[in-house]
Amino acid sequence: MALTAIFFYLFATLALASGAMVIVAKNPVHAVLFLILTFFNAAGLFILLGAEFLAMLLIIVYVGAVAVLFLFVVMMLDVDFAELRAGFIKNAPVGLLVGGVVLAELVLLVVARVAAPATPATIAAPIPQGTTNTEALGQILYTKYVYFFQGAGLVLLVAMVGAIVLTLRHKEGVKRQSIADQVARGPATAVKMVKVASGASAIPDAPAKR
Amino acid sequence: MTDLVSLSYSAALPEIVLAVGAMGLLMIEAFGGGSANGRSGNSDSNRGERAGWLAIFILVGTGALLLAQTGTERAFNDAFISDPFARFVKLLVLAGSAFAILLSFDDLRRAKVDRYEVPVLILLATVGMMMMISAGDLLALYLGLELQSLALYVLAAVRRDDVRSSEAGMKYFVLGALSSGMLLYGASLLYGFAGTTSFAGLEAAASAPGAATNLGLIAGLVFLLVGLAFKISAVPFHMWTPDVYEGAPTPITAFFAAAPKLAALALLARVLFDGFGGLFIQWQKIVIFLSIASMLLGAFAAIGQTNIKRLMAYSSIGHVGFALVGLAAGSEAGIEGLLIYLAIYLVTTLGSFACILAMRRDEGPVEDIYELAGLAENNLPMAFILAMLFFSLAGVPPLAGFFAKFYVFAAAVKSELYGLAIIGVLSSVVGAFYYLRIVKVMFFDEPKPRFSATAPYVKFVMITAGLFVVLYAVYPSPLIDAAAAAAKSLQL
Repeated sequence: MALTAIFFYLFATLALASGAMVIVAKNPVHAVLFLILTFFNAAGLFILLGAEFLAMLLIIVYVGAVAVLFLFVVMMLDVDFAELRAGFIKNAPVGLLVGGVVLAELVLLVVARVAAPATPATIAAPIPQGTTNTEALGQILYTKYVYFFQGAGLVLLVAMVGAIVLTLRHKEGVKRQSIADQVARGPATAVKMVKVASGASAIPDAPAKR
Repeated sequence: MTDLVSLSYSAALPEIVLAVGAMGLLMIEAFGGGSANGRSGNSDSNRGERAGWLAIFILVGTGALLLAQTGTERAFNDAFISDPFARFVKLLVLAGSAFAILLSFDDLRRAKVDRYEVPVLILLATVGMMMMISAGDLLALYLGLELQSLALYVLAAVRRDDVRSSEAGMKYFVLGALSSGMLLYGASLLYGFAGTTSFAGLEAAASAPGAATNLGLIAGLVFLLVGLAFKISAVPFHMWTPDVYEGAPTPITAFFAAAPKLAALALLARVLFDGFGGLFIQWQKIVIFLSIASMLLGAFAAIGQTNIKRLMAYSSIGHVGFALVGLAAGSEAGIEGLLIYLAIYLVTTLGSFACILAMRRDEGPVEDIYELAGLAENNLPMAFILAMLFFSLAGVPPLAGFFAKFYVFAAAVKSELYGLAIIGVLSSVVGAFYYLRIVKVMFFDEPKPRFSATAPYVKFVMITAGLFVVLYAVYPSPLIDAAAAAAKSLQL
């Protein structure tokens, strides 16, 4: 039990600290890297809660895709972060207001839970004993919800086809790599022995340089 | 813990075949038939057409599987419903998609966008529409809608080097995303207040005593209706329609005007009847408002239009209004009228767009209605067919469009919605003006230069639609019987 507590405080402290670093880091690339660290710590907290599927999802989706996308955006688009940061103090009241609203909502949630302890019980659908939550999700996703699962797959297929249709261009005269041709090349086709006369060009047909 | 009985896939077999067919087509075209780099552009241009024919073949196969189904089947814990109503609309949607592909060959080749992805995206959009029509759950509703919409956004922008096409795609995407957001917000409210996403569960919540004063349920229903009204382009959520219809390539516009509208209207009927039958009094008012506003705007706003694609956009807004009259009636006769209306609207619209595709000179397509001047002298058959189609859209007897309007107005009168029926008749009289103006331009104005030769498939669609519109009155019973059988499966 003590070990769990130690890990909880470790992950929680690191998550809070790296979350703060995301905001205050001067270098935007560092900020994104701290964001990734925050995700990892949040994933650790999920594992402590016994939600290992969510933890994996967080790593795969947020670290593997979203954060890498952020990194690409930060590094490829030349955004002047110093200029963006200039309005920090000016915009601070708005930020505090939004933060305050979120905080108030969280407090209300806890209050509601304490005031009406029966509510969460009706919402939660506990997983059967003896199955991990990945297994439980899979069992419901591939049976009861298989129609929606496949439908969502088709939607994603259309999105992919659409992106390719609208953006892929086959330009004339672009030299593409042909792996089969490269592999098939041997000494017989690739190398040509030329006897070079002294002072002449190594390319047989080219005019000799003066 | 798993209810294996509910995992029977047979009800959804046509959808599965269509989805797998679309993916197979994508694979065949991506990996087979010449590499994308290298090879001349000539072989590529044939690939678009070959993919189109394969897509039509898949659509026909799916239709055959649909015809083999009988009765009412449910699958995936009632998230998927296959009943006569669903099959009727699905067959129409499949036909609309197939004819749109047929219309697209010539135009897309000339515009140099005859890529194999276009038929594939049309197929995937059709899968989405079929999911919408069969939806028995808010999740299925949303996924079907999104599958359809995403494919349509891409199709609108498929001429990516053309500013208008890109603009159309962008506008459609932004407004469509907004409407999806509203729909999702409504769905989340409904889930919160009803505790379920299935239509059967919603119906139970909507029929419970006190449901009419349950503000959360009503607010969720309103947001859901707003999102769906965007998709069927009912006033006041119609603003995207003229720009998107004008900017998208013409065959794609034909597809937009035909199949997705049918699917969205069927979905609206399904969710209102199956999910909110208990709140009929509440949603009837909203539907009546949408219907009147759409009919009036469709009639008056089209008068000032000279671009024929924009004109067709306003015309389609008006027709959605007429179709909603059948829904507002809230009776079996109303649904029957709605279904007949949709079938006739589909054929007439496809025929009209075939005529618009034929408006092409050697230097390129023309879209101004005054370019049709003197068509009767240059090309009498086409002028005659276009006149018949426009008379039908205006609702002139004895053409098909008259009967379409007759059934929905008769249903409205039977449900004692006299005001709605009177406004509908008056606005269809106003709307007749702009259809008749085009007929006058074609038959009585000084001839403009001739159009260049029309592609055979376009001609085929034009003639088929023209024959249907003229001869419908001779033998209407198959359509009426099928619609009546389909309407029975939807009960208030």
